[in-house]
Amino acid sequence: MRGALTREPLDPQRILAEVADAACGALILFVGTVRDMNDGRAVTGMEYSAYEAMAEREMTLIAAETGERFGTAHVVIEHRLGALALGDASVAIAVAHPHRAEAYGASRYAIEQLKQRVPVWKREHYADGTREWVDPTRAHQEVLP
Amino acid sequence: MDITALLFASYADVLGRDRVQLALAPDATVADALAQILALPGGEQLPPQPLVAVNLAYARRDHRLRAGDEIAVIPPVAGG
Repeated sequence: MRGALTREPLDPQRILAEVADAACGALILFVGTVRDMNDGRAVTGMEYSAYEAMAEREMTLIAAETGERFGTAHVVIEHRLGALALGDASVAIAVAHPHRAEAYGASRYAIEQLKQRVPVWKREHYADGTREWVDPTRAHQEVLP
Repeated sequence: MDITALLFASYADVLGRDRVQLALAPDATVADALAQILALPGGEQLPPQPLVAVNLAYARRDHRLRAGDEIAVIPPVAGG
């Protein structure tokens, strides 16, 4: 049960191995990657930054909440920071549960919470040489205690 | 009391810095700190009620600050 940031390439297989448990018949690995297109613009790369201490705290809280809500002790969330190329993994979430319904639920819950709450930002680089901070407009709501 | 506010990403860009020193009254709230930050040059480009964290947790506008708190103004998050 943990959440962490890293500047190294993510290793989804290692994260999946970390949650594996003979008592768990369902393992789910979610990997988010850098897409080549956003809002109709050709993307050439992405730069991730964070309020690191808070991001790690929120990711750890989300892992714990996911575990409590879906009844598993096996949740690992890792997010990468720095300059990423197209196709690179930016986030990886592994969960394990005795049964698939809860495993799918836990995986979905963890990534949706991460996108709403974890203070990570990304700046897209475009084919025309410009770059912009990504602003998912809904992020202003739903996070207050 | 003196409090340091941290700024990130697009907010650091428009304010031209990644931290700002605030001088606040002893009973100041998050809203008081925000008012000072929004009054800085470039502050008009921030939304009127941006998200704020105090000591690594999201905080409401009426949250009472204490000397030594770490306050951060949080642009729309975009992880994943």
